[in-house]
Amino acid sequence: MEHQTMSEVTFHHHVPGQENVKRIWKTFWLLLVITIIELGMGFSIYFIHKNPDYSHGLVLGIKGAIVILSLAKAFYIVSIFMHLGDEIRNMIMTIAVPLLLFIWFIAAFLWDGNSYKNLRNKYDKHFEERTLEKKDAGGH
Amino acid sequence: MSSTTTAQETKWWNGGRSPFNVEYGKLMMWYFLMSDAFTFGAFLISYGTIRFSQNFWPDPNVVFNAFPGAGHTNLPLAFVSVMTFILIMSSVTMVLAVHEGHRGNRAGVMKWMAWTILGGIAFLLCQAWEWHHLITGEHAVLADGKIELIGQTMGGNPWGHLAGTSDVTNALKNSSPEILAKMIHDHHHDLAIADLMKKPKEELIGMINLAETHIREKGPIAFGGYFFGITGFHGFHVFSGVIINIVMLIMASKGVFDRKGHYLMIEKAGLYWHFVDLVWVFVFLCFYLV
Repeated sequence: MEHQTMSEVTFHHHVPGQENVKRIWKTFWLLLVITIIELGMGFSIYFIHKNPDYSHGLVLGIKGAIVILSLAKAFYIVSIFMHLGDEIRNMIMTIAVPLLLFIWFIAAFLWDGNSYKNLRNKYDKHFEERTLEKKDAGGH
Repeated sequence: MSSTTTAQETKWWNGGRSPFNVEYGKLMMWYFLMSDAFTFGAFLISYGTIRFSQNFWPDPNVVFNAFPGAGHTNLPLAFVSVMTFILIMSSVTMVLAVHEGHRGNRAGVMKWMAWTILGGIAFLLCQAWEWHHLITGEHAVLADGKIELIGQTMGGNPWGHLAGTSDVTNALKNSSPEILAKMIHDHHHDLAIADLMKKPKEELIGMINLAETHIREKGPIAFGGYFFGITGFHGFHVFSGVIINIVMLIMASKGVFDRKGHYLMIEKAGLYWHFVDLVWVFVFLCFYLV
């Protein structure tokens, strides 16, 4: 659209054509495939849990992989669907850099929760006994 | 692109134009979304803190295994896959509406906005069904030495450990005939509760098949509050997104954007809508997948 637009905008992105539509659908298929893989992995945990002596490391690994796949989905939504990837680099940075706070935010608060659990298990035996799995469970 | 050469010659910070080459409203929409990301982030992280502080947390495959019209069939994560698909799809129709807006094609914008609105409404209906099912679907739990029937609410939920067999056997003797009758009726719909209650208690206990009832203890109380709080906050964003999109559709149909000469409003509404999809990626991750 060549008409008068916002005076603050100095140059316009060229009018997108058919290749833009192609890119949108490509992203859609990508997101769909990632989601199906995630669901498959989430579902697999269900079967791993059925075995009483399942490997906790394996479950943690699967969960970690799901988290990474989710971050990939978030990247594609923001970059392609929200067109942030097409903006000026400085603008991308004013949005992306503050989000780095999440690294500390997540690490600190999960650490805190975990530490609270360990302290309670150590000093409140009633809590530990009440919340751990029963020996004869699963027999029905 | 010829625009790159223009960019180098432009004195961005001299005033009178946007140093980021975007319209003011769009930039502020981005900053609003960034702050909203911190709000959602804080909710999800506090959920994570509580979850990490517990020895036990419910397995989502056990909690979310129902599908409309499928009765008691165990279908873990099936319904939430449908909800996720609806939301991704509506994100695609939204970005197609923005695309038509760039080309100034009013009919195209209206078509894709209408599909986006339909997708949003479909998602909200799915969520309403899911909440209703979780709150009203009663499950037998072992609490204080007897059996209770509870749904998932803010005050408790039936998603704890599988109860010990000996505890369950004792608890059945302490439970009221009404609860025993309801438990049997749940698996044999042909037997009426009123008729069952006339039978002696021992006979009722004998009719309960412990292999298929999976009696659990009560789960961590925080689970219900976090689930309804966070999915509710997200659902409210979807709801307000649908309202915004309806307003955009009406404005487009009245030719407001054609008179302005641009469809930037559709772009801003689109940013909000994609953000709602983005948040769902993480709600989906934290509640349904891990």
